[in-house]
Amino acid sequence: MMRLPPFRYRAPRTVGDAALWLAESPGDTMLVAGGTDLLPNMKRRQQTPRTLIALRGIAELCAITTGGGVGAPGEPSASGESPSPRSGRVGIRIGAGVTLSALVRNEEIRATLPALWQAALQVATPHLRNMGTLGGNLCLDTRCTYYDQSHEWRKAIDFCMKKDGRTCWVATSSPRCLAVSSTDTAPALQALGARVRLVSAAGVREVSVADLYENDGMQYLTRRADEILTEVIVPDTSGWRSTYWKLRRRGSFDFPVASVAAAARLDGDGRVEAVRLVAGAVASRPLSAPKAEALLVGERLTDERIAAAAQAVYEVAKPMDNTDFELVWRKKMVTALATYALRELRGDDTSAVRLRLARQVL
Amino acid sequence: MSETTIESGAKVRLALTVNGEPAEVLVDAYKTLLEALREDLQLTGTKHGCELGECGACAVLVDGEPVLSCLALAVACDGRDVQTVEGLQANGALHPLQDAFADLGGSQCGYCTPGILMTAKALLDRTTEPTRDEIKDALSGNLCRCTGYLQIVEAVERAAEQVRSGANGCGQVRAGAGEHGSPKPVDEDSPAKAGAQ
Repeated sequence: MMRLPPFRYRAPRTVGDAALWLAESPGDTMLVAGGTDLLPNMKRRQQTPRTLIALRGIAELCAITTGGGVGAPGEPSASGESPSPRSGRVGIRIGAGVTLSALVRNEEIRATLPALWQAALQVATPHLRNMGTLGGNLCLDTRCTYYDQSHEWRKAIDFCMKKDGRTCWVATSSPRCLAVSSTDTAPALQALGARVRLVSAAGVREVSVADLYENDGMQYLTRRADEILTEVIVPDTSGWRSTYWKLRRRGSFDFPVASVAAAARLDGDGRVEAVRLVAGAVASRPLSAPKAEALLVGERLTDERIAAAAQAVYEVAKPMDNTDFELVWRKKMVTALATYALRELRGDDTSAVRLRLARQVL
Repeated sequence: MSETTIESGAKVRLALTVNGEPAEVLVDAYKTLLEALREDLQLTGTKHGCELGECGACAVLVDGEPVLSCLALAVACDGRDVQTVEGLQANGALHPLQDAFADLGGSQCGYCTPGILMTAKALLDRTTEPTRDEIKDALSGNLCRCTGYLQIVEAVERAAEQVRSGANGCGQVRAGAGEHGSPKPVDEDSPAKAGAQ
């Protein structure tokens, strides 16, 4: 039986208190919301924080604000760029503490952000979606065959680079950890041009989801240890279509072994005005595919164009042999996922192949 | 729940509602809800499976929603309403789900059964006319290594029919958060147990 290691438990009522408490000792304090990622890791002694700050009692983290607006009052965006599809207008703000189940139940999200809705609905299981939060899924620890194991298992291989060891057993000459980004919602939100709000005792900043991640299995987040991810801000996506395609062994439970999120705006003539393609679970962060996007802008989504773009998404994917399925096949499947995604955005009925792949009604 | 700090190694006194009755319990702060239920409240109907969120054996209802008790901190459940498999029967009468699982072979070794029963109860509390797809979706976080699932799905369908026809009133019982302090079931003993004495 695996017990949790001892920890000091703190449950603040406000984000302000949480940020102050976190600032006291950010190096050995961790945030916990649903606990579905952190608690298994603590049981396996992958993470042993001295203090846990529980966020679930903070009501302000659980709001979904729909129907427009132009950003939070008095809180200018710290990022100079405007990554949103339409002139920085905010469409939906989702509190980081919103459970994945609550997100999936939201009809406006379902109607306007299908990529996010499909991604959230394909995370784990109903029980875990009742517990796990959007913020937690975005901050999900990277995963690896050599890391997500009990302490005894990891000790037997003299540990790995990500925790207590020095070697990356996925590629022993690798200078960096190759653990894989396994979040479903991040590729979807990156494709939708979303931003996140990071709050610390020192202040507030916003970064795009694309800038929240680094391609490093250990330092996979650019969030500082004293910051709390409090909110996801999705820009106004009127006129945009989006979709998320996930590969996993079973129709529930499993983390993605490859995924593709796509969002596009087409003109009345069916030509692509703007598009974003993001591959998930094939590196230590969600990967944009700018070459694929460039191939599509100004073009109609013909079979040939889609094939060329899907090939360009395939080329950015760098799966390693550290999760389920064989890596060459996973990489090949990125082409298939990108193809399905773009055909769906074109307007094809992809429900049959979707059901075959997802084994879940989406 | 109010603002809290609990020091490492301390015990914490929790006030829960468990199966419709108030329960006060002193638990180690590091314990999961599963450990608190089994070790401190002696409710061993809820099973210890993978302990990592990969099987569903430990599923219970917290405030009416199915969650995995192995990944819920007990301290985070203070003040909340918890339903376990022990609370399914009412006054000695089995819940329609229990009847249907027994009658249709929905349970073989039985280890996954408490988690599946509670997950299915949450579904039937939400709708008494679930489609087969809805049943499969609801139970997609519960692994069973014996039945092949068909009997489980059929048993939930049978139970839903029984609840709809009102064959057994306890199917309507819902120990919601607001029921704190409602009358307790009078007779804890099943007729079979009483007859054996």
